Amino acid sequence: MKYWMIVKSGINRKKIRTFMTVFSIATAFLLFSLGRSVAVAFNSEVDFAGNDRLIVVSRLAFTESLPMAHKNRIEAVEGVDTVVWRQWFGGTYKERQNFFPKWPVPDNYFDVYPEWELSEGAQEAFSRNITGMIVGKDIADQFGWEIGDRIPIIADIWPKKGGGVWEFDLVGTYTNSVSEEQGEAFINWKYFDEARLYETGRPGNYIVKIENPDQAESIAKEIDELFKNSLDETKTSTEEAFSRMFAEQIGNIGLIINSVLAASFFTILLLTGNTMSQAVRERTPELGALKAVGFSDRLIMLFVLAESFFLCVAGALIGVLIAYLLFPLFSGLAIGFSGEIEFSISIVISAILVAFITAVISGVLPAYSAMRLNVVDALRKN
Amino acid sequence: MSFIRQVLSVTNMNLRSILERSGSSLVIIIGIAGSVAVMVSLLAMAEGLSSTISNTGQDDRVIILRDGSGSELSSGVAMTEVDTVSSSPGIKSLDGEPMIAGELFAIIDLTKKGADSTSNLPFRGVQQMSFEIRPELTIIEGRNFTSGTAEIIVGKGANNQYEGLDIGDQIKVRDSFATVVGIFSSNGDVHESEIWSDLAAAQGIFRRGAIASSMIIRLESKDTFDEVGLYVESYPNLELKVQTETNFYDNQSSGADLIKIFGQVVGYIMAIGAVFAALNTMYSAVSTRLVEIGTLRALGFKGTTVLAALMIEALILAMAGGLLGAAIAYILFNGYTVSTLAGGSFSQTAFAFAVTGEVIQQGLTLALFVGFIGGVFPAWNAARRDITEALRSI
Repeated sequence: MKYWMIVKSGINRKKIRTFMTVFSIATAFLLFSLGRSVAVAFNSEVDFAGNDRLIVVSRLAFTESLPMAHKNRIEAVEGVDTVVWRQWFGGTYKERQNFFPKWPVPDNYFDVYPEWELSEGAQEAFSRNITGMIVGKDIADQFGWEIGDRIPIIADIWPKKGGGVWEFDLVGTYTNSVSEEQGEAFINWKYFDEARLYETGRPGNYIVKIENPDQAESIAKEIDELFKNSLDETKTSTEEAFSRMFAEQIGNIGLIINSVLAASFFTILLLTGNTMSQAVRERTPELGALKAVGFSDRLIMLFVLAESFFLCVAGALIGVLIAYLLFPLFSGLAIGFSGEIEFSISIVISAILVAFITAVISGVLPAYSAMRLNVVDALRKN
Repeated sequence: MSFIRQVLSVTNMNLRSILERSGSSLVIIIGIAGSVAVMVSLLAMAEGLSSTISNTGQDDRVIILRDGSGSELSSGVAMTEVDTVSSSPGIKSLDGEPMIAGELFAIIDLTKKGADSTSNLPFRGVQQMSFEIRPELTIIEGRNFTSGTAEIIVGKGANNQYEGLDIGDQIKVRDSFATVVGIFSSNGDVHESEIWSDLAAAQGIFRRGAIASSMIIRLESKDTFDEVGLYVESYPNLELKVQTETNFYDNQSSGADLIKIFGQVVGYIMAIGAVFAALNTMYSAVSTRLVEIGTLRALGFKGTTVLAALMIEALILAMAGGLLGAAIAYILFNGYTVSTLAGGSFSQTAFAFAVTGEVIQQGLTLALFVGFIGGVFPAWNAARRDITEALRSI
């Protein structure tokens, strides 16, 4: 610590340059944080409690429905525990931007998702009340809904018999104990199936809970085998693989955005490294003087490295802070094409790690040449 | 006049010495080239996507969806409703037939080239009139499908991006097969990412009965839009929404707008970083040349001359960086075709990056901006220096 004075005098030597260097590093880390959060969104490995759930969709396309008769045949497969189903409801609450997924489901649906905690009495009320609706806590908070509220949903895919708006009674909310995913709504299958204009008796897809996650692959194969060459062939995958399929479809775009961000990050770091070595070159005579009065080679090298660490870490922290402050803006932008992005602590940690690596890479050459300085040559430069 | 000559001669001197200072000049060029390349690539992506989508729309065509639906995928209209609307005034007629068609929009799972899992491809069932309504659609290989059969034609983009969609290939639909008989182009619009079949065949495949997703209409002229709108709205029990095709596809391209804003935001953030780097470089470039500048001033060159010459130098370096960046983006990305999940339709749209003049212009403006900010403060500083002090720094 007693050498801090020397490091500080290096940093203070040209205040403008220090300031600019720190801020150009800060912009690099601003981009880094932004890129990380987008990358996380694109590779969103949604945290599922386990791999013990399979999704069965129509092989033609996931939007096509499957017959109800599939249920019993799937249940008969060895290793299958529970079979529930759901249908994509679409629909709009007041404005199109108020989008959230809505699924008509049977009332034992929640048994398959043990990681969800239903609010008190929700399950019972949902079974009893045919127009009941259970929503994620986030949605209820977002729209300020209270239990007992009547929620109107404008139909699109599923018009009601006789037309008009669908209305549901909010009977409960759920929270998710393993991930942030609590933004969906569930309505009663019986009500939906009877009141819709067409396709009555056909669920969209099945969710199959299996007894042993290790058997996921073989059970999936067996289910698909059951319906092969029928009118309603199926495609079965784990819940995780199913959601990854969507991320992969956005595909190239995520990759391109990320590589472009990475390119920009490294461009700025390159510039910074250059500035740093310039700063050391300018100081050659001073470093020579320090050596002449007896500072060891190793200490000189450490001084230069310490300066580099200071600049990089300060820049990284400022960059991450700015990213954090601007984050609401970014996530608003990103939501349209990558889904929700989150600012997590892992971004801060990885930024600091990268800052250390950067400090070493950009500081090591100047530090090494400072260490190898010949005292006489260095002083002669004056 | 003499001011300009002085500026030119000092600039000339500066530029000749650029090679000697290639290290620090390169820093400016690389920094700016990086920012411009990033911004141009992202904007070119947005431009490609949005022009593909909005190319599809034309003012004299109308698309009708179920009221409340924002996309064809979530819309359903009965074929009887198509008949009802067909007697509306304002619809162009061809050989006495109104130019209106019911179309079914659905998606189908196929494997993209080089991918393991499947992707959603748009599948459109059309009537013969659909081709008359869209004259830009031409069969470029093979032939059109025959009505009443399970034949399909495939858009150029889809053919390019997916496996097994060449002429003669068969795709499995439920318990039967559909054969690819032709490939079409359509002016680079979204239909090139689609598979088309006969409406009746599509209704069979997707179990839709006598239901389509949307109606498409060719107007007598774009001024007759209101006639159709009024007819549909005032017709009892018809819950339909009438909009021009242009309007419809503009709303679908909001994803492209987001990429565009994203590209600009990232471009500007990078530009700020590049400004800092340029400032650093120009400051040290100026400080190593203080003696030179002092000498010029002692010889009688004015401070403003020095300022102008340094600014020109900074702008030339910036322009070089900008052009380099734009060239990198152009070489890497122009015409590069990708496909992505389009918002609303849950299906894949293929598009090509478009590095247009406008995009390049935006990139170069950014470069000059960085050059200006990065140059003006150090140059101002140098021009104001006291001559004796500058000379003393030898």
